[in-house]
Amino acid sequence: MAGAAKISVKVIDVVEVNELVKRFKFERTDGGLMPTFSGGAHTVVEMNDQGTRRLNPYSLMSSPTDRSAYTISVRRDDEGRGGSLYLHNHVKPGMEMTISNPVNLFSLDLRARKHIFFAGGIGITPFLSQIKQLSAANNGHFELHYAVRTASLGSYADELLEHFPNNVDVYHDDKDQQIPLDKLLEGQPLGTHIYVCGPKGMINWILSGARKAGWPEQALHYEEFLAPEPGKAFDVELAVTGKTIHVKEQQSLLEAIEAAGVDAPYLCRGGACGMCETQVIRSEGDFIHNDHWLTDEEHASGEKIMPCVSRFDGKSLVLDR
Amino acid sequence: MGIEFNKETYRGDYTFTNSPTAIKRFPFPFDKDSYMYAVNMEPHTPVREGSVYYNSFDVDEHYVSEMADRAMVLDEDPLRCQSLPHMELAGWDLLELIMAAKAKDYPDLFKLTCDGDKWHWVNKPLGIDETFTFMDASTLPYGPMEYITRQTQGDFCLLDQREENLWMDAGMITTQADWSLDFDIGMNFFEWHAPVPLAHEKGIFIRALKFLLNIQQGAPARRLNWTMTVNPLLDTSPENYHKWGIQKTTLTPENVGSKQYLRVELQSFFRLPRSNGMVFPIRCYLIKLEDLVTYPKWARRFHRVIRDLPVELATYKGFIDNRPMILDYLAQFDDGAETSPGVWPED
Amino acid sequence: MPKTKFEPSIISRPVYGELKPKNGKSHLLIADVEGAQAILDLAKKAPTGFFNQAHIIYIPRHTGETYLAKLQKLNAKQHYVGPSFGAAQQRIQRVLSDAHNGLQIYLAGSEGLIGQAMREAIGLGFPHQAIQTEHRGSKARRMQCVHCKGVTEDVSTDPFECSHCGLSLFVRDHYSRRLAAFQGVCVDAEDPGNVPDKMEIT
Repeated sequence: MAGAAKISVKVIDVVEVNELVKRFKFERTDGGLMPTFSGGAHTVVEMNDQGTRRLNPYSLMSSPTDRSAYTISVRRDDEGRGGSLYLHNHVKPGMEMTISNPVNLFSLDLRARKHIFFAGGIGITPFLSQIKQLSAANNGHFELHYAVRTASLGSYADELLEHFPNNVDVYHDDKDQQIPLDKLLEGQPLGTHIYVCGPKGMINWILSGARKAGWPEQALHYEEFLAPEPGKAFDVELAVTGKTIHVKEQQSLLEAIEAAGVDAPYLCRGGACGMCETQVIRSEGDFIHNDHWLTDEEHASGEKIMPCVSRFDGKSLVLDR
Repeated sequence: MGIEFNKETYRGDYTFTNSPTAIKRFPFPFDKDSYMYAVNMEPHTPVREGSVYYNSFDVDEHYVSEMADRAMVLDEDPLRCQSLPHMELAGWDLLELIMAAKAKDYPDLFKLTCDGDKWHWVNKPLGIDETFTFMDASTLPYGPMEYITRQTQGDFCLLDQREENLWMDAGMITTQADWSLDFDIGMNFFEWHAPVPLAHEKGIFIRALKFLLNIQQGAPARRLNWTMTVNPLLDTSPENYHKWGIQKTTLTPENVGSKQYLRVELQSFFRLPRSNGMVFPIRCYLIKLEDLVTYPKWARRFHRVIRDLPVELATYKGFIDNRPMILDYLAQFDDGAETSPGVWPED
Repeated sequence: MPKTKFEPSIISRPVYGELKPKNGKSHLLIADVEGAQAILDLAKKAPTGFFNQAHIIYIPRHTGETYLAKLQKLNAKQHYVGPSFGAAQQRIQRVLSDAHNGLQIYLAGSEGLIGQAMREAIGLGFPHQAIQTEHRGSKARRMQCVHCKGVTEDVSTDPFECSHCGLSLFVRDHYSRRLAAFQGVCVDAEDPGNVPDKMEIT
């Protein structure tokens, strides 16, 4: 069975954080304890969206040592394929669902002398658990710089400012407040690590600023879960199982492979972990690569594809599955 | 259950012995008549009750004596157990993993009671009864990794995961096949395996690392490795090589069956929850050739494996000079008959 | 003396490159012996103003005054010449402990100097992969005796005698960044007294 081990859970609480974000709390249906996890970990939530099976990763935001329940926060994406809409519109307290064991692709470098977190919008969620981990262990020199559109859309900004007034700065787009990046990159001790979670533009801005200022690559960390982008439908031949599948506009290639009854490996389903990497046997057409895993050379080679987020546009595609 | 612990030594007079039960459950590592490196990972899930693969951390008749030997090694050389400062959290992960598993798998030997952070640990075979505060190292006589691995058979590599690699940043290493924690601590997966011949060229370590990085909480894996040791010496360390290396020259055609041991490592791999690190327990099992050949399938197969092993591997594993003598001994048990697939002695 | 060429070896054996100026807020250049020439070659490629934010720490040893005047002419913001790594060590630690991200580190010369300076930087959280190195001069090695743990400096033959316990050790390519040393292992453990002839390390 592909993916991390599963946990059967019951939704015990759904809270509207603001007009775009809802928070969901899960307990085990068997009454047992949740596995401990590390700050920055995510869980993959399985949804049965009117016959379509969706599996979306969401960062765990509760304290890593609180084993009674897990909480996630989900931003509604009205343009997206529907995972967040399903959670917002259909998931109610009392419902039973399946989530995965925690997986961490964005963990703290525990050697760091200091951690600087940059969050944009809903990108705040992994930092909530990381900050809880650092403050519980009492070894955390950290700063959080959190950019939000407006004060009312700044999920958890007030709580963070209240608990960590010396560590947290919030910047409001509607008041033209900008993260003073150049200034923040100066004067940080050797061994300081940077973590970014937010929109692609923000990630690129911060990473390239740090590189230009001579920061070592190993001190830079980021996480961006890509939602699979919809696109033109296409057909794929699976050489190992001998099946030909049709990938619908609103479906990812991985979802189409699974819908055909093929148990393909996966973990994050967001183009980050590398688990679903698939060999291309033959192709005639263009790849639409959307992942963070393969290198530019691998993308150009046409020999590999990450079916969780990437697509294809052309005459024929044969995969080693 | 109801394990009777041997009183035996792994040095000096070498009184180590395997009971018939221990021989039968020995983790014979060859599932066919030849050997080459392979990633050969499988899920670390229970297989055949009574086998060494049945529990997360196997406890056997050698437990008490093996822990006494470890204590002696550490008295002589405290550098065999080291932890870089950022690895303490992983040490607590390991302590929790082992205590919970042993209390569940061997309730007559170990007991763990947790009341919030107040933990009570009872280890009956070693006569330990400890109350401590979880995550507060000042309430234990040693750091968490050292504390629990002084009570658990096998070596332990505690690894940090970063930069798409695994880093050996802590460990308890006293039963090793000739590598030094003190030298290798801080190295990444490729660096600490650097001296291994042939496997890098075959891409074994690239594939193995990729597999290991994807091991998730609650889904451990395992594999076997092996080498040869003269005398039941657990501590074949590079540190003491100038003392034990000479023992290799004491083999004679008369004593090879009783002095030459097959040494098998049951390596397992667990994701650690709080630190997102990993632990590689490396459990060493020893069996002398005389005991091994009591199972005809093992005797035939082992003869063929040793005979056909590439020179580089026999050299790396340190028995190239003694190979002819070992083969002469094993040949008498190999009538050329076919062997059945798999590792089990009586299948 | 040009940069040194080494035979390909195992993965743990350090690989050295060629110093190139990198973007940074400040630059720390540490060299010994012929490593001075690597700094002088880097200077030819450096943008103007590079040395206004640079600190050079140089240990000439047997090269005496060969490179001193030329290095001095680079007009680095800070310039130090010392008799040994040991003498310079506390200065290096002090500089690193106060340094900020944006610092670039350049090491050149013998393996012993490069390894020991790198160890200081790593200890303060500077990633080893981000440190530039260039080997110049003798191929003598810094060796740790795996048995007594003593380090013998400037080992130029294989095997060699441990300067602490006296055992004859063979020279492995296995290298520890943490110890800044290669591993030396008893050469005659299985045949006491049978020590092979010494060969120059090449």
